[in-house]
Amino acid sequence: MSTLEIKDLHVSVSTEDGAKEILKGVTLTIKDGETHAIMGPNGSGKSTLAYSIAGHPKYDVTDGTVTLDGEDVLAMSVDERARAGLFLAMQYPVEVPGVSVANFLRTAKTAIDGEAPKLRTWVKDVNAAMGENGLDASFSQRSVNEGFSGGEKKRHEIAQLNLLQPKVAVLDETDSGLDIDALKVVSEGVNRFSAGGDKGVLLITHYTRILRYIKPDFVHVFVNGRIAEQGGPELADQLEAEGYDKYVNAAV
Amino acid sequence: MTVIDETPAAARAVETGKVSSHLHPEPSYDLALHPVPTGREEIWRFTPLKRLRGLLDDAPSDAHLEWTTQLPAGVTLTPIGADEARELGEFLPSDRLAALAVAHGGDVLLLDVPADAELTEPVRLDLRGTGLDAVVWGHLVIRVGRHARATVLVEHAGAARYSHATSVLVGDGAQLDLVTVNDWDDESVHAGQVGIRVGRDARVRASEFTIGGDLVRTTTNVEYAGPGGEAELLGLYFADAGQHIEHRLFADHTAPRTKSNVVYKGALQGEGAHTVWIGNVLIRKVAEGIETYEENRNLVLTDGCQADSVPNLEIETGEIEGAGHASATGRFDDEQLFYLRSRGISEPEARRLVVHGFFDDLIRRVGVPELEERLLAVVESELERHVLAEKPTA
Ligand SMILES: Nc1ncnc2c1ncn2[C@@H]1O[C@H](COP(=O)(O)OP(=O)(O)O)[C@@H](O)[C@H]1O
Ligand SMILES: [Mg+2]
Repeated sequence: MSTLEIKDLHVSVSTEDGAKEILKGVTLTIKDGETHAIMGPNGSGKSTLAYSIAGHPKYDVTDGTVTLDGEDVLAMSVDERARAGLFLAMQYPVEVPGVSVANFLRTAKTAIDGEAPKLRTWVKDVNAAMGENGLDASFSQRSVNEGFSGGEKKRHEIAQLNLLQPKVAVLDETDSGLDIDALKVVSEGVNRFSAGGDKGVLLITHYTRILRYIKPDFVHVFVNGRIAEQGGPELADQLEAEGYDKYVNAAV
Repeated sequence: MTVIDETPAAARAVETGKVSSHLHPEPSYDLALHPVPTGREEIWRFTPLKRLRGLLDDAPSDAHLEWTTQLPAGVTLTPIGADEARELGEFLPSDRLAALAVAHGGDVLLLDVPADAELTEPVRLDLRGTGLDAVVWGHLVIRVGRHARATVLVEHAGAARYSHATSVLVGDGAQLDLVTVNDWDDESVHAGQVGIRVGRDARVRASEFTIGGDLVRTTTNVEYAGPGGEAELLGLYFADAGQHIEHRLFADHTAPRTKSNVVYKGALQGEGAHTVWIGNVLIRKVAEGIETYEENRNLVLTDGCQADSVPNLEIETGEIEGAGHASATGRFDDEQLFYLRSRGISEPEARRLVVHGFFDDLIRRVGVPELEERLLAVVESELERHVLAEKPTA
């Protein structure tokens, strides 16, 4: 049982000309077992929403609340949020030179579980999660994301999702830049994650393509820092046909 | 009739054409040519002269470090006269520190690895300072014969005010791994000139690790006795509050088709931690077809530190294979820390991973397994002083 509840979230970034408001009141509730798709044009604030949930220091929450099972997420540090059960698959995963994937994954798993994973099963689990996402065992010895192709970085994010088993996953344009085979691989990874029916997924995407493989329960159209429209999966089909124009024009 | 050739072999081996440069003054034994510095000179401007505590004073001393050695079969360590060291072709002193070490060093210790020797065990020289009362002057020659293969591990520890001039003469086709660890007690002062002459087709990897000491200033000069020589100069340093760590490198490409590759990485933490890295490369007219690359990276872990990094490349021939340098000094990368923390890893732990990651490739390149372990442990214990002790911020 877990619920991520976002209420009237306002977020600014600081610019040379002072604070600039990017999220202008976002309200959204993700219950366990639910997959929500957020779709919107570039620059509408999708990544801002994802990073704000994860606690990136660049984003200032000026108003609103975010809670996970009633706990105040905004009061938590970045790592506390992850340990509370939140996971962000980043649009642009960061390279960490000199830190091996194996070491990174073990350290993360230990931090999240509060104890080191059992040696005997862990290596198997890692190899399985990597393998299922199309990354061979040699990736374990490489530096985190360093020299990975765009697709490999995204698949590595989903392998982490599978290993760390958070309560709620926020996936920021995990589909962008993937060819169709890689898209299927990551979609299967996300579906494996949510298959138990007790996980929440916030799937942020620019395109409808991934929704052929991951079935959302709800679709939200995100424009200019707000949710402009919500509906079921049929809303995605409508967006596919009509694009964002009518929402963008209405927002200006 | 005997003609005594006054020109030391070192000067003969190097192409004689003078290079007009303020970066590397004319080396000489003559103390008069190495006056007491004012601190404004190019080669002194980063060094806090007062903290050299007697190493610039022209005063004899017969104090010694305590030597513990491990010499594989065939390797000898013997005292020789200063004249003999000159005849062997040692490097001339390039600054006052080295000139004094030679002037007052008395007998020279010659470490000799015979030609064609294939050492399976490292040569170990453990040099321990036993007190700060007297200055210790040191004068050494390490000779690695033709086609020999050797690893030489020099460890400096303890309490000392120590200045030495060391020449490393690597014969044609030889392969030398020279590892120096400077892990002095907090009060110690250490200055060293290490001259490395790389024989034809010889390969030298000189790794230097500076961790402890109040002030450490080393000058490593590399030149080539013939074409085809390669020198890899690696360095790792960790400066804590109040420490001054200065590494000066000079790769003098005196022969064609030679290579130099310099990688120094340092971390700084605590008020007044100061590091200096000078990377001079000179590509002489004769040195066609050479390759050189030098890199210095500094990771500043806390406020109040200063990292000076000065790469210099002087090129006198257009016919080179490649020449480049990189120098970067930065703080923790916030995006890296965010990424790690977003996976549940605490801030101190994330910092620890990043610092280990920063040094990791360098430590792996050292090529002496037991030392790898030790260096990792050193990084770990240094981290415990600040990075892990710091209160995490939200
Ligand atoms: N540091 C910043 N300074 C100014 N504008 C910014 C900054 N960061 C983000 N923005 C703006 O915020 C808006 C939303 O960005 P983002 O959340 O990345 O959108 P999306 O992920 O939907 O493409 C964009 O218009 C972007 O230009
Ligand atoms: Mg985005």
